[in-house]
Amino acid sequence: MIQTLAFYLFAVLVIASAVMVITARNPVHSVLWLILAFFNGAGLMVLVGAEFIAMLLVIVYVGAVAVLFLFVVMMLDIDFAELRAGFVKNFPLGIAVALVLLAELVLGIGAYQAGALQLGEPSGVGAPRMGESNIESIGALLYGKYLFLFETAGIILLVAMVGAIVLTHRPPKTQRGHQNISKQNQRRPQDATVMKQPPVGQGVEL
Amino acid sequence: MTEFFQSLGMGYEAAWFTATIAGILLIAFPLMLAVAMIIYADRKIWAAMALRKGPNVVGPFGLLQSFADGLKVFLQETIIPSAANKGLFLLAPIITFTVALMAWAVVPFGPAAVLSDINVGLLYVLAISSLGVYGVVMAGWASNSKYPFFSAMRAAAQMISYEVSIGFILICVVLWAGTFNMNGIVLAQQNHVWLLNGFAFNPLLFPMWVMFLISSLAETARAPFDLTEAESELVAGYQTEYSSMAFALYWLGEYANVLLMCALNAVLFFGGWLPPLDIPILYNFFFTEGLTAVFWLFAKILFFFFIFSWVKATVPRYRYDQLMRLGWKVFLPLSLFFVVLISGYLMATGHYGATA
Repeated sequence: MIQTLAFYLFAVLVIASAVMVITARNPVHSVLWLILAFFNGAGLMVLVGAEFIAMLLVIVYVGAVAVLFLFVVMMLDIDFAELRAGFVKNFPLGIAVALVLLAELVLGIGAYQAGALQLGEPSGVGAPRMGESNIESIGALLYGKYLFLFETAGIILLVAMVGAIVLTHRPPKTQRGHQNISKQNQRRPQDATVMKQPPVGQGVEL
Repeated sequence: MTEFFQSLGMGYEAAWFTATIAGILLIAFPLMLAVAMIIYADRKIWAAMALRKGPNVVGPFGLLQSFADGLKVFLQETIIPSAANKGLFLLAPIITFTVALMAWAVVPFGPAAVLSDINVGLLYVLAISSLGVYGVVMAGWASNSKYPFFSAMRAAAQMISYEVSIGFILICVVLWAGTFNMNGIVLAQQNHVWLLNGFAFNPLLFPMWVMFLISSLAETARAPFDLTEAESELVAGYQTEYSSMAFALYWLGEYANVLLMCALNAVLFFGGWLPPLDIPILYNFFFTEGLTAVFWLFAKILFFFFIFSWVKATVPRYRYDQLMRLGWKVFLPLSLFFVVLISGYLMATGHYGATA
């Protein structure tokens, strides 16, 4: 009962917020609806028992990726008239995408009506381990069978990160206003200030 | 608690539902009260360190000061700037406040006193704490004003930066505890180093605790990292346009977050509801075992809160580039190095036994 209610709540909210993402006029609102959709998607994953993926979805997508999205979109200066001007030009493409999605939906529902697929019994290392938490089974698979692929993905991401840093990096010395923190930390009051007791009527010699 | 409601003749689902609601109220109401009192304690501690008296007029010793303040903001008018994005402007403080309460669902107050004892408890805390930034960012944008917007930018960058190193620190704790379950982490600390209960007494994890304490100051935007509301630069930061209850919700949410971070310090590094020493008498001297557990957790939370106040009263504010440097150039490499060091140590000593 509670599961059913929770499922319909999450599912309706996912779809409603997904609709709002594309219909919202303001891009910032779109991003916020997208975040709501992610969040409810995570709720659905908790319901099917994939709590680890659900938490990762919230931490990675909601907590980091969407914040950066929002960060960028908030700073955009968007001209709505110009955006709408592209509508006619992109209309045929939009129709084509809509038709593809419609065909997929029809096929999917048709296949569902024809009866469920007969899946084999899961076996081997990929089989879900009974009585083990999500994290343990994913860990056993990632660091066991798919160790090589996992590490390759890690290396690729590292290369991408190094590439991004190389492209944007400037030698620090040439930059104006560069802060040398260790120099600042080593600075003591006696280096920066002097005590003077000037006699009355005379100026201070610096 | 579900069994209790079932014994009253409810079905399982109705009993579960009632028990969960009751549990939520049982945590949320005392938490609100604790927040009110902790604001008072905070002001008293700053006052004492600045050789002032602090609030001392409302009620005995000024104890009712927070309630008087609450009543005052409640009776004020809610002002919505005409250029503000009305919906988001009102939603933002509600999000901050709700998120600050949500994370308490997995905090263990005792061996059995935890609202939802899920096996991804720590990840849940991380997920919820990463949501906290939305309240600030939305407020900054919806206010349609320069200073709140700068504040929102700072908040977003600051939270993301420090979450990275917090993530690595938590990995070290999880590696040692072998579980993401909060109660499991607490129990793993029992008798950890000689008689001491707590990961922080472990020489390998002690530096991680120091980094976690500093990161949690940054994560809750407390001094010396309160750049989001640096009054000398940004008026009052993201709260500039807020008044009345909307402002009070930020206030409550901020302190609930501070308490949560104190509780996390206690749970992850100082044995949570375990007594500091693993001596049987310390487990049960305060009426029952459950109450003793709550007593120890509260004592630890208050101890960490004192440290938070102490820092706020004595340390000057960081510059923004110093904050970013500390997060990315000091904490990130250091915590990454400790992840390697600790996992290497655990593998070398066969911490995981024959299952590895």
